[in-house]
Amino acid sequence: MYDVAIIGAGITGMSIARELSKYDLKVCVLEKEVDIAMGTTKANSAIVHAGFDAKPGTLKAKLNAKANSMFDQLSKDLDFHFRRNGSLVLCFDEKDMDHLRDLMEQGIQNGVPDLVILDKAAVLAMEPNLSEDVVAALYAPTGGIVCPYEMAIGMAENAYENGVEFFFENTVLDIQKLNNGYALITDKNTFKSKLVVNAAGVYSDKMNNFVSSSKLSIIPRRGEYCVFDKEVGSYVDKTIFQLPTKLGKGVLVTPTVDGNLLIGPNAVDIDDKDDLTTTRIGLDEILRKASLSIKKMPSHAIIASFTGLRARTEADDFIIGEVPDAKGFINAAGIESPGLTCAPFIGAMVKEFIVEMLHPLEKSNFNPLRKGIHHFLEMTNEERKALIKQDPAYGKIVCRCETVSEGEILSAIHRPLGATTLDGIKRRTRAGSGRCQAGFCMTRVLDILSRELEIKRTEVTKFGGESKLLVGKNKQDV
Amino acid sequence: MQEYDLVVIGGGPAGLAAAVAAKEQGIENILILEREAKLGGILNQCIHNGFGLHVFKEELTGPEYAYRFINMIEDKFIRYKTETMVIDLSKDKLITAVNKTDGIFTIQAKAVILAMGCRERPRGALNIPGARCSGIFTAGTAQKFVNIEGMMPGKSIVILGSGDIGLIMARRMTLEGAHVKAVVELMPYSAGLTRNIVQCLDDYDIPLKLNHTVTNIVGKDRLEGVYIAPVDENRNPIPNEEEYIPCDTLLLSVGLLPENELSKKATVKLSPLTGGAEVDEGRETNVDGIFACGNVLHVHDLVDHVTEESYIAGNAAARYLKGLQKQSKKIEVKAKDGARYVVPKFISPENIETDLELSFRVRDIYKDHYVSVYFDETRVAHQKKKILTPGEMQTVKVTAEMLNAHTHCNEISIQVEKE
Ligand SMILES: Cc1cc2nc3c(=O)[nH]c(=O)nc-3n(C[C@H](O)[C@H](O)[C@H](O)COP(=O)(O)OP(=O)(O)OC[C@H]3O[C@@H](n4cnc5c(N)ncnc54)[C@H](O)[C@@H]3O)c2cc1C
Ligand SMILES: Cc1cc2nc3c(=O)[nH]c(=O)nc-3n(C[C@H](O)[C@H](O)[C@H](O)COP(=O)(O)OP(=O)(O)OC[C@H]3O[C@@H](n4cnc5c(N)ncnc54)[C@H](O)[C@@H]3O)c2cc1C
Repeated sequence: MYDVAIIGAGITGMSIARELSKYDLKVCVLEKEVDIAMGTTKANSAIVHAGFDAKPGTLKAKLNAKANSMFDQLSKDLDFHFRRNGSLVLCFDEKDMDHLRDLMEQGIQNGVPDLVILDKAAVLAMEPNLSEDVVAALYAPTGGIVCPYEMAIGMAENAYENGVEFFFENTVLDIQKLNNGYALITDKNTFKSKLVVNAAGVYSDKMNNFVSSSKLSIIPRRGEYCVFDKEVGSYVDKTIFQLPTKLGKGVLVTPTVDGNLLIGPNAVDIDDKDDLTTTRIGLDEILRKASLSIKKMPSHAIIASFTGLRARTEADDFIIGEVPDAKGFINAAGIESPGLTCAPFIGAMVKEFIVEMLHPLEKSNFNPLRKGIHHFLEMTNEERKALIKQDPAYGKIVCRCETVSEGEILSAIHRPLGATTLDGIKRRTRAGSGRCQAGFCMTRVLDILSRELEIKRTEVTKFGGESKLLVGKNKQDV
Repeated sequence: MQEYDLVVIGGGPAGLAAAVAAKEQGIENILILEREAKLGGILNQCIHNGFGLHVFKEELTGPEYAYRFINMIEDKFIRYKTETMVIDLSKDKLITAVNKTDGIFTIQAKAVILAMGCRERPRGALNIPGARCSGIFTAGTAQKFVNIEGMMPGKSIVILGSGDIGLIMARRMTLEGAHVKAVVELMPYSAGLTRNIVQCLDDYDIPLKLNHTVTNIVGKDRLEGVYIAPVDENRNPIPNEEEYIPCDTLLLSVGLLPENELSKKATVKLSPLTGGAEVDEGRETNVDGIFACGNVLHVHDLVDHVTEESYIAGNAAARYLKGLQKQSKKIEVKAKDGARYVVPKFISPENIETDLELSFRVRDIYKDHYVSVYFDETRVAHQKKKILTPGEMQTVKVTAEMLNAHTHCNEISIQVEKE
């Protein structure tokens, strides 16, 4: 019997898991995919929002600014990339200035510090590559950027080190009420737990509906993106939003913490919760809209595109708390934007509920620190020299675009909750995420995975399931 | 810190030939740096025939061609380090490299030859929408799996792009037991060599769909199929004419890009037309003492041309090291009208003792057209060609006499003319 079972290994589930790992609790995480952060957490804008966006009074508004201020310490403790680059909301029409001022007002109400409206000259001085059509902008210095999957993986590793158990490739198919808790039935096993935390992202409605008569319904809302080569990664330094107008919400242009440029997303409601395809119309739309913000769209430098799904509910707000007609079942559902930003706070909130219910003791040996992979690219030559001396595998470069060494790949595989797939390696080391998109390193990484995990090369996958890369030996079917 | 007269970055056919040439000119202190375990570059995975007809007057496979040069390197006692990646190059020719045994180390070179080859354009470069499933490979990656590792990436294949690698892989996959359903090409013509279309597609009844492109990719975990559609004059897919082809693999052969990250660090000026450095007749870049040759300079279709170009670079680097290179007026060479680009971009007549070949590519298919060379307004050469295609690199000669006769010329240009 577990004390707490968390469904979903996205940023929400991982924040909660890490918070709970501070206590003397038996906690497990059930995740349907092979790895952490394979849902919405892997595909979003990666912005740590300042907090002016949400309507005052909503949970989103209440949590955002507070959660934002947690990132400096958290990124240090868990060793993930975070940069407070600041954000600008661009206004293109004098007539919309009132909206811009309203937005600033809303931000102040939400507790966002240091907001200021800049005139055209000041905006262009700050960001020379922005469009000349800008008339003013709202500047939020506390806005930031983060690597969302690195953050989730960091939290997961830390939770694991502090005793949380993980079960991947376990899809929760049903949840049944027991006298003293719940039985979670997955395709592999049955897990019994006193409390359940529902952090299942776009599937959090389904989990809720297993146990409650107040039904939730999530309509996945697609958002598409294009990623650009690092060559144009510093085209802008701040995160550039567009002031929402009658014509729609607009799209953003931002650097990523890894040094690429990112544009997107659009917003299209769809029915399939697993549909992560990109569309011609969608990609054209974001390219067209993003072009309004900047002088020249560097279309030649696009290296990849992707889709993320928002967990949109009718309430249009986070749903966090115990389900009234299901004691001990706690929702962290409908966590759409700014869910990434708010995750650390949601983790703390859910922990409070659970502490109140179970009164656990705090662990004396909780270790808040996690050390990430040594990234060759980010080291000085002195550091590299020392590391290679210790472990020569760091002297062998496997991914040429991102300069990732074999040592990093091995560390990604062998660390706690290590990578088992090509995408797992990519998210932990960036091998394959550069300008050639794994053209060079795919064969090498595949060989290393096969060797280290002692599986056949034909069993290595891109992201689990049937996403195999090789089908057999040459001439097998001739 | 180590010191060398000449460091060659990249041990493919370009780097090997350049090193051999420099050594033959008396440069003793040479080092080749190669990131792979073996010298030979991309040739090691090109196990098909068709190499060496010009240089060796016989038909060799890629590895055989490479082997001849590797032997020369060994015979001439030219030093090399494999499994060594160059990670930095400064304009003062300070090289930083890394490997397992030496760790990080630096080398001061007096001259550098860039011979890093090229890489393939990925799916993202075309921004093809659809699923992000497995089963999508660049043709070169698939070639490596099949030819080096003996492993098949799929069984039913669609190939996008009819460059040489795509064509060669259509045949290879067929021979290894896969079903190649179509080769899809955006342009009205193939970017590959005619001989490859005949020997790799026609001989195996593989359809070549010109004026078509892939418009969507379908699959959850593994690729299940692709949509292809014909395109209009502006290369835009025609809606409602999409056709679905079930397949488990999509190979991309949609162009090669010279790999110039290091060159950029060394402030080498690159041409937007070739993606490679702007060089003079000795293949010297704008940075004093840094030369470039092979696919890092511009993408070649025949390795023989790579070898010839690399001899030129190796010889010029030797002259540079011996102080024989004259600093003189440079004449700019331009590609005009039907010509897309030309290499070299500059010529210093005083450094030219014999004839000089200009390499260029045309923009489109031209039948019964003339290739002309102009010195300013004066046409000095005019050669009729039965057919010119973008897929085949062309050359045209500029002789010492021509240069002597036009010493005050400001510009040389190549044009494709109807008459
Ligand atoms: C387009 C877009 C842009 C966004 N931009 C931002 C931004 O810039 N800043 C920001 O703060 N927020 C942003 N967000 C919001 C943020 O990405 C999400 O709020 C956050 O990632 C949600 O995390 P999660 O853990 O709740 O969900 P997920 O990451 O989706 O995790 C849910 C997990 O549950 C698993 N699961 C589902 N069903 C089952 C089952 N039956 N059994 C077992 N496991 C199951 C899934 O596999 C998944 O791993 C954006 C969202 C989108 C879509
Ligand atoms: C699939 C394919 C089929 C072909 N078919 C034919 C054919 O039939 N007939 C024909 O004549 N020609 C053919 N060619 C063309 C010919 O093989 C190439 O033009 C030639 O190999 C290019 O030589 P290169 O030395 O410039 O580049 P490469 O062979 O690519 O060599 C470059 C070398 O540099 C190394 N390198 C790069 N960066 C670094 C670094 N930072 N540090 C250390 N080392 C580095 C690389 O590892 C590589 O070994 C084919 C090419 C390909 C790709």
